Amino acid sequence: HLATSLPLPSERDHLRPRIDLIVFMIDIKSKYSLKNVEGSLAYVDASFFLGKVCFLVTGVGSVNYCSIDTNAICKLGETYCSPVLFCELELEGIRVATAQRLLRMLRICAGLIPGVSALSFGLLMRKSADD
Amino acid sequence: MDETVAEYIRRTVLKIPRDEIKVMLQKWGFLSEAQLQTLNFHQMKDNISQEVVQLCEENSADIKQAAVLDIIYNHIYHNKRMWSVYQMRKTGEELDYFDLTDFKKKFKRRLQSALKNVTITFKEYEDNAIWIRVAWGTPHRKPNQYKPSYVVYHSQTPYVFISASVLKSNLPLLCQALIVASNYHDIREMELRSHSLNSLKDIVFKRYSQNFQTYRPKPVQGKNVEPESVDLRIVQENRSEKERIQRVNREVFGDGPQPILEFAHYRLETMFKSDPKMDVLDKKEPFRCLVKFSSPHLLESLKSLAPAGMADAPLSPLLTCIPQKARNYFRIREKKGLFPESFVSP
Repeated sequence: HLATSLPLPSERDHLRPRIDLIVFMIDIKSKYSLKNVEGSLAYVDASFFLGKVCFLVTGVGSVNYCSIDTNAICKLGETYCSPVLFCELELEGIRVATAQRLLRMLRICAGLIPGVSALSFGLLMRKSADD
Repeated sequence: MDETVAEYIRRTVLKIPRDEIKVMLQKWGFLSEAQLQTLNFHQMKDNISQEVVQLCEENSADIKQAAVLDIIYNHIYHNKRMWSVYQMRKTGEELDYFDLTDFKKKFKRRLQSALKNVTITFKEYEDNAIWIRVAWGTPHRKPNQYKPSYVVYHSQTPYVFISASVLKSNLPLLCQALIVASNYHDIREMELRSHSLNSLKDIVFKRYSQNFQTYRPKPVQGKNVEPESVDLRIVQENRSEKERIQRVNREVFGDGPQPILEFAHYRLETMFKSDPKMDVLDKKEPFRCLVKFSSPHLLESLKSLAPAGMADAPLSPLLTCIPQKARNYFRIREKKGLFPESFVSP
């Protein structure tokens, strides 16, 4: 389900399945997208931040057009205890690899991988980032 | 034939892309078809231009004919120059009958009485456009043919498009000659500039598709605004918002192609607004700064901002009023009273 911001329109509530993973996409070229994401975070129930939220930063290939400080985004990830992934959608290889990563995360969050929960996976990702 | 004329013709031909040389020489009409047949257009441009100069020598070309070739080149490649728009005003409502010969005579007379050394060339085109090329000299020097000014005047309108040469001091004289020749009272420069002459014409002649303030009923619910990839696994949660943005965009920009402008300048003369505790400026002076938007196609990129999710719709009227107000240079001053900024046309 794609949305431009949160909260989601209520008229479609009955058509929506259970949400297992929320990926917030931030375009590194657009301050507007960061502001939008920060605004939308307020509408997310706290239980999602136990491993069911992830930040995806796009457009990292064009270094000349960065409008957002990567430190600010990493801080955002720390504040909300959620991993931050970086990718470049224009390059097919990276696009496919990122999609596969997100799918794997989704399978964990949906409880399809026995022995791994969203929370334990989130902790795993955080520990490796800190090292 | 004068050496300077020969050199000028040679350099003008060198500017033309090789594939276009034959067509342009035909449009010029100074060399006969027989003479054009003798030219080899598949050799290096250097050699082509030398051969053209040879033929012009045979026909005893002078600067007048060379200037016509230059007009033809600039008429086709008008996008290489920066054009400004001027508007002339008349006192009274008399609709004078426009006499082309009279116009040319008066224009020449006015310029030549002030400046002996000028080269003035006219060429008329189908859409009532009169192209004027003026090469400027001084009382002691012959006109510099390499830095001429170009004027495009549509006789049925009060608008003149000028691409001035670097010598800005000749501009008042040029404007004087224009109003005298066309029986107008005065002339003012509009705050509108672009490389695309046709787009400037579209804006002042209101030839682009505008947003008319007609009642437009909401489109039927089932209508798909844009052909999206029909992957049923992707669900767009904010479809109605996307449709609203499209609708607002269409209302503001209209349906057709936008005129091509390369930039918009906003000169801000407003007070710097900060937290009073920060006390950034000791004196309460307006904070001067210039905000410049540039793009190969500014209006089209503004139109695509909201659908691309990079800005809210509707956009600021300061951006969207550009074609209606026929200006892309603005000065924003402080408005005393309720609103913190206003926009003032000088």
